[in-house]
Amino acid sequence: MADFTVLLPGVLQPLVGGQSYLTASADGAVTVGQLLDSVTGDYPVLARRLRDETGALRRYVNIYVNGDEIRRVKGLDTEVAAGQEVLIIQSVAGG
Amino acid sequence: MGIMATAESYVIAIGTKKGLWLATSPDRKEWSLSGPHFLMSEIPSIGIDTRNGNTRIMVGVRSEHWGPTVAHSDDLGATWIEPEQGAIKFPDGTDAALERIWQIHPDADSRPGVVWAGCEPISVWKSTDGGEHFELNRGLWDHPHRSEWGAGYGGAAAHSIVVDQSGEKVHIAMSTGGVYRSLDGGASWEPRNKGISAYFMPDPNPEFGQCVHKIAADAAVGNRLYAQNHHGVYRTDDGGENWDSIADGLPADFGFVMLTHPRREGTAWVIPLKADGERIPPDSKLSVHRTDDAGATWKELHAGLPDHEYNAVLRDAASVDTAEPAGVYFGTRGGSVYASADEGETFTEVVSHLPDVLCVRAAVVVGTPAGTEEKANAPVLG
Repeated sequence: MADFTVLLPGVLQPLVGGQSYLTASADGAVTVGQLLDSVTGDYPVLARRLRDETGALRRYVNIYVNGDEIRRVKGLDTEVAAGQEVLIIQSVAGG
Repeated sequence: MGIMATAESYVIAIGTKKGLWLATSPDRKEWSLSGPHFLMSEIPSIGIDTRNGNTRIMVGVRSEHWGPTVAHSDDLGATWIEPEQGAIKFPDGTDAALERIWQIHPDADSRPGVVWAGCEPISVWKSTDGGEHFELNRGLWDHPHRSEWGAGYGGAAAHSIVVDQSGEKVHIAMSTGGVYRSLDGGASWEPRNKGISAYFMPDPNPEFGQCVHKIAADAAVGNRLYAQNHHGVYRTDDGGENWDSIADGLPADFGFVMLTHPRREGTAWVIPLKADGERIPPDSKLSVHRTDDAGATWKELHAGLPDHEYNAVLRDAASVDTAEPAGVYFGTRGGSVYASADEGETFTEVVSHLPDVLCVRAAVVVGTPAGTEEKANAPVLG
């Protein structure tokens, strides 16, 4: 079993009791989508902040796997290997 | 700090592009402001449910980053609750996602707990538990016209919901699609736009496709509704079968707002804007216009309002309360909010320099809204 860690931006941390990251375990590599399913299972409000009800990642939510923004890889199908960092950051869009 | 639970007061809930403010007054003259709640999230819809002697403030919240949701407060803004599973979610199989909540409408006193919502994409929803969970109206969602409804500048949404006393006759309006009516409580819907112009289409008198900006029901006359259209102000006396112009006497027939009196027959308010291409008050003079004879004549109401104003008033950025005489309230895209305690004869400025005002709702409530320091439990909405 490998452990995976998803780092959260400060603005979302109150939704998970103030934790700065969430963890999940899996055998071998997982996709970002599978990882989000796992770590948000107990946090449905957090899940809705990240993805809409079709499962699509919200437009201004960016997820990085080992420094790569997943939209430039395979989106939610991007694979995460054990030990890789998964980082959620909101876009700086706005005005 | 506790809630003062004995005194009756007036509350204005002000939804803006960047959060919610609550204004309270013991007399509708001097106002105290609290907020922002949900800072940096837009609040395009508010419903204040005062049925059964309780006050629940429901808000449609939308963050550009984190999406839309519905929250409610039962303590006048001291704390906010967001249902864990989400109040409005498109069900599996629709392949749709909620974009924005445009309307939150508590139903009649005789149907406590029933709350309607109008949303983008164009959809109508109904809650029977006070707005904590809504069901999609499948009759409208599966309507064969749906693929032909369009989007107004602000998006494609059902923005007006009018339910009669029986609960069986429901009128909705959408931009763009026009007015639709149900005679079976929302199970089925038919367009009802005869007489409403859609001058911007090849056929200016289509069965549907009109850009109706707002509809409201007459307080006392059944089957009478008023409509502010994208150019055109109308009245129907037969439940939408026929619409007739009541724009004569107004300085412009364009605008977004349509308000009706809480009790009195024939009384409605509009806030005209100059023209299609110039979304400013006529002659840049901000005025409300009221009819007391169902649109036969209009009276300009300007006392207390600025002589120079270049901001528009959006469709839901206006409200009436249920006091006697009725209060009239509205906010501008320039962030000013005005209140009248005498049905629009005179206005006072409640607040200025807020973000764009998207929604205003007013009510007579028990207690006073909480201060900003009491919103620690507000959902995190970015």
